[in-house]
Amino acid sequence: MTPSNIIDSIVIVAGVCLVFGALIAIVHGKFRVFEDPRIDATVELLPGTNCGACSTPGCRAFAEALVSGEQQPAACTVMSPEDREDVAELLGVEAGQANPRVARLLCAGGSDVAVQSAEYRGFESCKAAAAVAGGGKGCTWGCLGLADCELSCDLDAIQMDARDIPVVTPDLCTACGDCVDACPKDLFVLMPREQHLIVQCKSELEGDEADALCRVACNGCGKCVLDAADGVIDMVNGLAVIDYTQNVSADPNATARCPTGAIAWVEKAQFESPGGEG
Amino acid sequence: MSRALTFRNGVHPGDAKELTAASPIRRLPFPDEVVLPLRQHTGAPAKLLVRAGDRVERGDMIGAAAGFISSPVHASAAGRVRSIGPWPHPSGGFEPAVRIVVDRYAAQMPRRRLVPDWEGLAPKEIVSAVQAAGVVGLGGAAFPAHVKLSPPADQTIDTLVVNGCECEPYLTSDHRVMLEYADRVYTGVRIMLRCLGIERAVVGIERNKPDAIETMRRAAPRDLDIEVVGLDVKYPQGAEKMLIKVLLDREVPSGGLPGNVGAVVQNVGSIAMLAEVFETGLPLIERIVTVTGPGVRKPGNWIVPVGTKLCDLIEGSGGLDDDASEIIFGGPMMGASVASLDTPVLKGTSGVLVLSTNETRLRDSHPCIRCGRCLEACPVFLNPQRLGSLARKESFSEMLEHNLMDCMLCGCCSYACPSNIPLSHLFATAKAALRRRPAA
Repeated sequence: MTPSNIIDSIVIVAGVCLVFGALIAIVHGKFRVFEDPRIDATVELLPGTNCGACSTPGCRAFAEALVSGEQQPAACTVMSPEDREDVAELLGVEAGQANPRVARLLCAGGSDVAVQSAEYRGFESCKAAAAVAGGGKGCTWGCLGLADCELSCDLDAIQMDARDIPVVTPDLCTACGDCVDACPKDLFVLMPREQHLIVQCKSELEGDEADALCRVACNGCGKCVLDAADGVIDMVNGLAVIDYTQNVSADPNATARCPTGAIAWVEKAQFESPGGEG
Repeated sequence: MSRALTFRNGVHPGDAKELTAASPIRRLPFPDEVVLPLRQHTGAPAKLLVRAGDRVERGDMIGAAAGFISSPVHASAAGRVRSIGPWPHPSGGFEPAVRIVVDRYAAQMPRRRLVPDWEGLAPKEIVSAVQAAGVVGLGGAAFPAHVKLSPPADQTIDTLVVNGCECEPYLTSDHRVMLEYADRVYTGVRIMLRCLGIERAVVGIERNKPDAIETMRRAAPRDLDIEVVGLDVKYPQGAEKMLIKVLLDREVPSGGLPGNVGAVVQNVGSIAMLAEVFETGLPLIERIVTVTGPGVRKPGNWIVPVGTKLCDLIEGSGGLDDDASEIIFGGPMMGASVASLDTPVLKGTSGVLVLSTNETRLRDSHPCIRCGRCLEACPVFLNPQRLGSLARKESFSEMLEHNLMDCMLCGCCSYACPSNIPLSHLFATAKAALRRRPAA
């Protein structure tokens, strides 16, 4: 190999680079896609959970929707109020009224209070268990406790407690709805955070039949209907059903005489913190 | 005979029919209570006609058909309606049901004929009488019988396929019907042929029931074009698509029904029931149930009122053995486990199988070794291995692209899998998930 070979190759490679570089520069100039720089700036301020609670696929898509004015910053229920103001200020829009929601479980029938009528043996998944005689729990409406929701939650907001009931940590929950989809018994509901009155039961059985299967079932006695303000609670198919549009007039008195504790006034997490092993 | 007498793929489970194959059909005493869910058939649930406290006679309609693909429900015993509400249902959940306290002193015989005689009726009138009598398929899916008898105008039916395979292990009710009620089966065949306006019927019976083949050949009426064919013993020979393939050499297209290839399939039990309702004048209010399995003391083939609770049926069969561990409505391959002894027998309950701990021992499931046995077992030529791995990932909508809906949950793949992967359970799970939330 002679020095001239080396120089030749350097010149050729450099020449090719120059030609393609120029080509790229021209193409870039001609076909450049303009992206609003505010999108990147907004993404920086968003929480980056990609949870989907705002109904767009991920935070970047939400940022694009914000910049184009299709959504208001308040549609993101995960951001802190300060961040929300920052985003609104950056984009020069109204922050909008936040309506933070949280996933609530409509069952409190853990293994300590609910009867198991048969033992399910098979792979550990609520969906799979539900396909075999409804899962073997006495109450066919109740939580099967095999943690499909815990698995579905990307934010670690759901943890199974010692009684095999999932506990939602409200501060971590973004109300993305993944648990709603995961539960084969449709037990999760996304509720506004300020809604405290919840009937934690979906059993349609009444009286002794309900009590026989679960100590915390709604047995349809109707006391809460009388104790709540007019129109807040109604009995439908042996189950107390709350009219959430009447939320302002709901108060804790409705839970006072419930013989089973099926109706509850929940301010934070629904059940005891999941940490308690045992 | 030159043609192959079986279909491709399938499995050979032990048939365990010796427990009850020789037990004649016998009646059990009336239970104290019957529970009649309004949903006992494929299609819309019946519409409730009675209230708590009402007195009902045996054969009274207590739920009316809610549309064409629906069937009425009749009181299976005289008594008083105790309550109406959710009750354990063989499908797994609770379903609205009518509880009737049986009147011990009632004669249990209706005062008049509730179903007209078929001889004088036009085909259309027979079909509506069949619906009014609440007759559905007794093999399991409980598809309303009158729907099969009224094929849509764009279908030309030429053959009635009489299904006497009873390929599910353990079950023997159809076997006994062929032995004891062969004439009734042929009366039913006659009624069906008249409704369908056709001449030809082919009876398929597996060769593990030589006595039934013999009886059915002997009883076949000379004036009808009837062929009785003995088939190789292989599961699921009694699935209608398999049966049409072997008897008529026609292939029902994916997503299609037997009508698409000019056939109507009905099992012998249902056909005998069709004849029975016209013979006795009573609607479908009782059926034959095989109670069998190593977990029950006195297995047998019993006639019981529809709505008899599982506990009463078990009691009539000598009670549960000490190591009884699982109770299945239907056969071991496709039947559904039940969780409550209060679960009532429905029109579609062909058998009650009680397994003991020995049969229900859960074997460890191992990773797939790509041996391909599930592919060789699948009678509808799916790829269970691929479907199974998609199910594990919960990629339910992708499973549809792999023709999940052609799967009839026959269980051959699970049976064949040397790694004990619960394939058909995975598919049942996927189907349930898709029913709950249809793929976007």
